[in-house]
Amino acid sequence: MVKTFYLTKKQTTLLEKLSQAMGISGNEGEVRSVILEEIRPYISDHQVDALGNLLVTRQGSANNRLKVMVAAHMDEVGFMIAADDGEGIFRFESVGGIDVRQLPGKSVLVGKDHLPGVIGARPIHLTTASERQNKIPLEKLRIDVGPGKNPIKPGDQAVFNTNFRRVGPSLIGKALDDRLGVAVLIELIKDAPENIDLQAAFTVQEEIGSRGARVAAFSFKPDLAFVVDSTPANDLPSWDDAENVTYNTHLGEGPAIYVADGATLSDPRLIRLLKQTAEKESIPFQLRQPGGGGTDAGTIHKQAGGIPSVSVSIPGRYSHTAAGVARVSDYVNTVALLKATLRSIQPEFLAQERK
Amino acid sequence: MVEIIPLLKQLLSASGVAGYETPVADILQNVWKPLVDEISVSKVGSLHGLKRGNSSEPRPSLMLATHMDAIGLIVKGIHKGFVRFTDVGGVDPRVLPGQQVWLHGSGPAADPGNPLPGLVVKPSAPLLPEELGDQVIPIENLFIDIGLAPGQVAKFIQVGDIVSFAQEPMEMNGETVAGHSIDNRAAVIALTMCLQEIQTRSHSWDIWATATVKEEQGYIGAYTSAFQLRPSLAVVIDTTWAKGPGSDDWNTFPVGKGPTLMWGPNIHPNLHKSIKELAEKLEIPHAIEITGQSTGTDAFATQIVAEGIPSMAIGIPIRYMHTPVEVVSLKDIQRTGRLLAEFIQTLTTDFMSKISLGS
Amino acid sequence: MKSLIQKLTETFSPSGYEQEIREVVRAEVEPFADEVRIDPLGSLIVRKGKVGKNGKRIMLAGHMDEIGLIASHIDENGFIRFSGIGGLVAHTLLGGRVHFVNGVSGVIGGERIMDVGKTLPVTQLFIDVGASSPKDCPVKIGDVASFDRPFFDMGHRMVAKSMDDRIGCAVMIESLRSLKSSPNELYFTFTTQEEVGLRGAVASAFGIDPELGLSLDVTGTGDTPKSRKMDVKLGDGPAIKIKDGGMLSDPRVVQWMINTAEKEKIPYQREILEAGTTDATVIQLTHAGVPAGCLSIPCRYVHSPSEMVDTNDVENAIKLLIALISAPIRL
Repeated sequence: MVKTFYLTKKQTTLLEKLSQAMGISGNEGEVRSVILEEIRPYISDHQVDALGNLLVTRQGSANNRLKVMVAAHMDEVGFMIAADDGEGIFRFESVGGIDVRQLPGKSVLVGKDHLPGVIGARPIHLTTASERQNKIPLEKLRIDVGPGKNPIKPGDQAVFNTNFRRVGPSLIGKALDDRLGVAVLIELIKDAPENIDLQAAFTVQEEIGSRGARVAAFSFKPDLAFVVDSTPANDLPSWDDAENVTYNTHLGEGPAIYVADGATLSDPRLIRLLKQTAEKESIPFQLRQPGGGGTDAGTIHKQAGGIPSVSVSIPGRYSHTAAGVARVSDYVNTVALLKATLRSIQPEFLAQERK
Repeated sequence: MVEIIPLLKQLLSASGVAGYETPVADILQNVWKPLVDEISVSKVGSLHGLKRGNSSEPRPSLMLATHMDAIGLIVKGIHKGFVRFTDVGGVDPRVLPGQQVWLHGSGPAADPGNPLPGLVVKPSAPLLPEELGDQVIPIENLFIDIGLAPGQVAKFIQVGDIVSFAQEPMEMNGETVAGHSIDNRAAVIALTMCLQEIQTRSHSWDIWATATVKEEQGYIGAYTSAFQLRPSLAVVIDTTWAKGPGSDDWNTFPVGKGPTLMWGPNIHPNLHKSIKELAEKLEIPHAIEITGQSTGTDAFATQIVAEGIPSMAIGIPIRYMHTPVEVVSLKDIQRTGRLLAEFIQTLTTDFMSKISLGS
Repeated sequence: MKSLIQKLTETFSPSGYEQEIREVVRAEVEPFADEVRIDPLGSLIVRKGKVGKNGKRIMLAGHMDEIGLIASHIDENGFIRFSGIGGLVAHTLLGGRVHFVNGVSGVIGGERIMDVGKTLPVTQLFIDVGASSPKDCPVKIGDVASFDRPFFDMGHRMVAKSMDDRIGCAVMIESLRSLKSSPNELYFTFTTQEEVGLRGAVASAFGIDPELGLSLDVTGTGDTPKSRKMDVKLGDGPAIKIKDGGMLSDPRVVQWMINTAEKEKIPYQREILEAGTTDATVIQLTHAGVPAGCLSIPCRYVHSPSEMVDTNDVENAIKLLIALISAPIRL
C-alpha cells in the first residue's frame, strides 16, 4: 500500500525557513523570530523569558480543563568561535554533542551575517597512512572564512551550511533535530483544541542539558507535558548482515513514543493514551527503544512537585551532523497523533493512579 | 593594597571547606555587618547581606554571589595510627604528598580552637601496590601523619573530621599573593571591596551580597539562595584559569591584566554586553572568556532557578587552581571590586526592560 | 519485622513502575497515617502529626524503586535484548533470573565469551523467557523486570534482592508503627525513581517543602576481603552519613544524630561513602535549602541480587529513627 503524504507549499517553506535558521544553544534569537512571525496571527500574547524561551498559551474553553505543556527545542548543535588565529582562521568549540569525525571537510555559516566558512583538513598528499587512521581532534580543527578583514569575534556562533530540500518521501537538511518538532508545535498552536489550555514552550538550550525547559516548566506549572523532539533512526544495515537490534527507531514507521530514555521514565498513563489514540485514529506509531539519550522531558517532569510527562519524536537519520534525513509521513503522522491526543484529554485523566 | 592582605589573612585564618563553612562565615559576617543594612544566614548556611536601594518599592534586586567554600580533605578512617582521607571538591592527588595540613579533630581530647598539624605522606614503594611503580599515588593510598602515637590518634580524630591546607598566604613579586583557597576568597574580597565603595554612593536597586556554600559540591548555596532571594539579576564572581606553566591555551588569561567577562549559553548576552561596555568606558582592563557550555561557576545554577534569572559571571585569573599555592594579582581583585561598584551605579529602574530578550 | 522485610523485598517494582510496592506499603502504613497522598511522579507521601511546640516539618525519604531491566528489542528468535534501569553491576547478571512486572519469568543469557577476563556488557546479554519468535513472546518492548531472588533469613543477617532500599522502607514503616508521639509534622515519603537519578525525591521534596530532610538508605561496608577501604562494618550499628559521592550532610544534622544516638545508647558508625548517593542530595537543594542528612543501613553486595544486612543494625536503625523524630529538634 502506498500512501502519499502531502505537505503544502506553505508548510514546506516553513520547514525550510526553520531548518536554515541559525540558532545554537544559547543563541536562538533567529529561530525565535521565524516562529513568532509564523504564529503571531494565532496568539494574543507571548513571553520571552530570561533564557530566551518563547512561551505562548492558547486557552481552551472547557470546564476544569487541564493545563497541557507541549515543548519543542529551538536550539541546534553547532559551534562557537573561541579564538582568532589571524588571517581569517578561527579556533572553535562545539556546543552540544557532535562527533568530531563529522567535521573535517565541511562548510559552515558564521555569525549573524551568515558568513560562509570551511572546516578544512590537511591535504591527503601531506599525510601518512598511520596519521589517516586517527581522527583529527577538535583542538586541531579550524574554521576558515578566508583572509582579509572580517567582523567575526570570539563568541560568535557557527552552524553547518546545508540547504534544506524535499526529496521524494524524505526531508533533508540540518537541524531537523528539532526544527521538525518546532514545526509540529506551530501546527498545534494554529489548530489548538478547546478541551485544554495549550502551554506551548519553544525552548532553548536543550542540547546542553534541557536548561530552558526546566525554567519554562516552572513558569507554566502544567498538569501534563508532551515533548516533541527528533530521535535517531539507526536503521542502516549491519556490516555483517546481522540483525540490527539497536536501531532505536525506523524511518517511515510513524511517530516514536518514548517509554524510557536516559533522562525520563515516561508516565505510563500518557504512553497508554498515545497508543490508544493512534490505534483509534489508525495512525502508525512505533516505540522508541528504551536506552540512553534524553529530551526536555528530563528536566520538565521533575519540576514544581512533579509533572507527568512523555516524549514523542520524529525519527531522523544522522542527527547532529551536517545533514539529517526524515520522512514526510513521519512528520505528518506526528502532527496528527498529537492533535488527536490533545483533543482526547479529559479533566479526569489524572484521577487514575500512575501505573 | 594594604587592605586586601589583612582581609585575606583574616579569611584564611579559619577553614571553610565545602560543607563546613561556618568558621569563615562567622568572620565574614563581622566584616560585612557594618557594610550592609541587614545580614542573615540561609537555611543551608549561605550568608546574605542586604544593602537597600533608594528607588520606590517594589525595587529590583541584584544578587552578587561569591562562594565562600574551598576544597579540602576529610578523614575517612584511622589505620594503625595513620589517617586515611578522601577529598572534598576536586583535589589533584599530585599536589598532596608532603603537604602540610590542619586536622580539625572532633575527638574527646580535641580542642576546636586548636586544630592539629599534620603531614600528607606517601608510603615507600614496597608498601604500595606494585603496579603503581613510580606513577602518581592515588589518594586512597596516601595517609596523613599527625605525629602522635597510634593509641592517641582516636582521642583527637574521628571519621568525618575536616582537613584544611596549612600553607600560609605569601606576598610575592608583582603585587601577587600565593596561598590556598584563593579560589574563592579572592572573589569574596572583591565583593567586600565593592560593598566598601558603595557605602558613600547611592544606588536605586537592592543589592544582595551573598557568600554561598558548597559551590564545590554541586552549587548548593547558589541554587538555594537564588530561589530564596529571587533577584532580578545575578552576577557571580569566581576565579578562572590564568596563563602559567602547563596552562597556556586560548582559554587561559594573564595574571594582572584584569578580570574576565564570561560569554556563552550560561550567560545572558545583554547583561554581558552592559558590563563589557562599562568596563570599556571606565578603561578597566579585562578579557572576554568564551565558555561553550557551562561557566563552571554558581551562575550555572542561578540561571535556571525558578523562572530563570539573567546571569553573568566574572572571573579573577589565578594560577595553579585547586592547589595550595594558587597565585592571584591584588590589582585584579581591586579592579573586580571597582567594576561591580560601578555596575551597581548603572542600574536604573528600567534596566530590566533594556536587557530583555523579547521583541 | 522480618516478614515485612520479606514481603517488601519479594515485590517486583523497578524504577518508574512502582505500583505494586506502593500498594504493599500503603496497606502497611494506612492504619497509622493521618493523611496519605500519591504525588505526580508516584511517590507515596504519608503524613503523621502536625507541627507542635518546638516541632518542625520533617521529610523522611526511603525509595521504593529497585534497579531492573527494560526490554529494548525482541529478536527474530524470541530472545529479549534489554537496557538497564539504574546502576546494574554487569558481572552480577549472567545466569540470573528475572521477573517481569507483567508476570513473566526469565533467565539472563549471554553471547559467546571470547575473553574470560572480561565481563560481558549488557549489549551482549539477553533474556530468555522460552519464546521462539516475537509473535509468541509474552514480553514486548518497554516491559520491565527486576531480579528474582527469595528473601533469606540467616538469623543475625538477612539477604534479599532490593534491600536497597526496601530495608529503608521497612525501617520507616516500623518506626511509624511504633511511634508514640512527636511534636513534629512527619512526612514518611516512599519515593520513586531514586535509582535512575533521585527523580521522585526532587518532585516530592518540592511538594512537601520541609524544614529538615533525612533519607533512609543502604550504604556500603569495608568489611569483606580486599574491599574498598571504608570504616563501616555490618553489625556495628546504623551509620550516620557525613559524606557520600553526591553530598555533604549538614554538620548540624550529623551532630544532632550523633547526640541522639549517644543519649539513647544506640550503637552507630560514622560514614563516608565514596561512590553513590541518596535522596538527601536533592532534598537539600529544594526551595530555599533544607538541612539534610541520611541514616544508613550498612549493606554488603549492594546492587547485586543478594544484598546482605545485619538484623541488629536494622533494629537499631528503627530505634534511632524513632528517637530522632519523637523529640523537638534544635540544630
